Amino acid sequence: MAMRLRLDHVTADYQIGPVRSPRVLREVSMSLQPGTFTAVVGPTGAGKSSLLKVLNGLLLPQSGQAEIGDITIDGKSSKRLLKAVRKRVGLVFQFPESQLFAETVEQDISFGPLNFGAHPRNVHALAEKVIAQVGLDESILYRSPFSLSGGQKRRVAIAGVLALEPEVLALDEPTAGLDPTGKEELLSLLKQWNKQNGLTILMVTHDMESVARYADDVVVMEKGRAVFHDSMRKLFEDTERLEKWQLDVPDARRFQLEFEVRSGTRLPRVCLTEDELADALIEVGRV
Amino acid sequence: MNKLILGRYFPGDSLIHRLDPRAKLISGIAFIFISFLAKNSQGLFLLWLFTFFVMSTTRVGFRAFFRGVRPLIWLILFTVFLQILFTAGGTIYFNWGPIKISEYGLANALFIFSRFVTIIVVTTAVTLTTKPMELTDGLTFLMRPLRILRVPVDELSMMLSIALRFIPNLLDEMQRIMDAQKARGAVFGEGSLFHQMKALVPIFLPLFSSSLNRGEELANVMDVRGYRSELPRSSFRRLIWKIKDTVCMLVILLLIAAFAVLNLI
Repeated sequence: MAMRLRLDHVTADYQIGPVRSPRVLREVSMSLQPGTFTAVVGPTGAGKSSLLKVLNGLLLPQSGQAEIGDITIDGKSSKRLLKAVRKRVGLVFQFPESQLFAETVEQDISFGPLNFGAHPRNVHALAEKVIAQVGLDESILYRSPFSLSGGQKRRVAIAGVLALEPEVLALDEPTAGLDPTGKEELLSLLKQWNKQNGLTILMVTHDMESVARYADDVVVMEKGRAVFHDSMRKLFEDTERLEKWQLDVPDARRFQLEFEVRSGTRLPRVCLTEDELADALIEVGRV
Repeated sequence: MNKLILGRYFPGDSLIHRLDPRAKLISGIAFIFISFLAKNSQGLFLLWLFTFFVMSTTRVGFRAFFRGVRPLIWLILFTVFLQILFTAGGTIYFNWGPIKISEYGLANALFIFSRFVTIIVVTTAVTLTTKPMELTDGLTFLMRPLRILRVPVDELSMMLSIALRFIPNLLDEMQRIMDAQKARGAVFGEGSLFHQMKALVPIFLPLFSSSLNRGEELANVMDVRGYRSELPRSSFRRLIWKIKDTVCMLVILLLIAAFAVLNLI
């Protein structure tokens, strides 16, 4: 069950017509432990989305290889092998609501499982299960996906990927375009699946606040290379490095740094959320 | 999709790139007629000479042109073989029932092949070196006389430029949706024809839906910014006829004259 993801010197690029894009991934090596919640951050065009595509078999490595559990994909992998990989690694694209097409939500959710050979008799129960997982009412299964609100569509689309029952869920900016409440709800759902069901989660994001709140590990991508892969706390310790990678610092951490400079008092640890900050301030007796 | 070189712009800064789109359009159309003037071996030579001249002046590289010819190669070969096999006249080299390989047949086939290929290459040169927007502007200008017949030329050109503008977006979006459905286990281009057609629904339905939405948004934005179809329009990009454009037209005239002389001798 415990499935490890490993990339071994993966280099990849896209071929668009006669034009070959510069290397989108260069010699990326990393290893993801099962059950972790990993955030992928980095500036635009750093290769974050391409990284997800490699893990899903949509972008094949030009050199190097990716190991998804006991399956190894390289530049010459067969379609059948790739399909097996896609069953294990569910990929949620940016604005996934644009992939909805069926007449009813239930049919749309069933699309994936049926493609992977699920029995038509079992998919109904599956659809009921995942729609509850994404926190929507069962009655929505019989409505047209095009009649739903933006936030609902997003959840239905994610449910469509969850229905594949993947072991790893890879998401490309799942909260883009959602309002703050919707964002918070979605991220807590992800964390819940990660904690309770042991789902390995890999999430591309720009929002360092949600990284600080939800991620265990962080991968920093820069110009196609994975330049950092360690625990989230380690990332926020060294602020100079963050600046070099053009990454934001969570508000609480920024407050802490400013506070330390102005008051001359160092807080006992790195604070990433308001609660941690409040506790640390009480401890040093400044509140 | 990516093989469709016809109608694709290749960025560059060659002499042909910098010509006025009107000059290029007129020359391209004129060349189609000119290619029919080649009637003897000298004419054929001149036709190819001009074609190679155009190809090398664009500085796009010959490969791009071959890609333009490739989709039509079977049609060309089919016509060529019909000519070879069923034209009689001159010395007959081979005779088997209705099938004759004759001197005239071979000559005809050579001319037809040359005409096809040179026309494709020269028209491809026009589209490879002209931005779609310039092409639209040029077409609009050339269609102007049709206004007398109450053809809505400005509306047509607006529609054309919007359509051209959104082709890359549509292709990108299609790629994205295809990837998303592949991630959900969809397989394209496999199985029976019926199966393959059914596999397209999950791509085209979202594509249609998003295109309709985008169209509506675009219409609203145009309304808000005061677009009115019935009013005369000015243009942001002005087409300016330069000396080199006149030279280009002169070259075409010269070509016609050369053919006229060749055919008289």
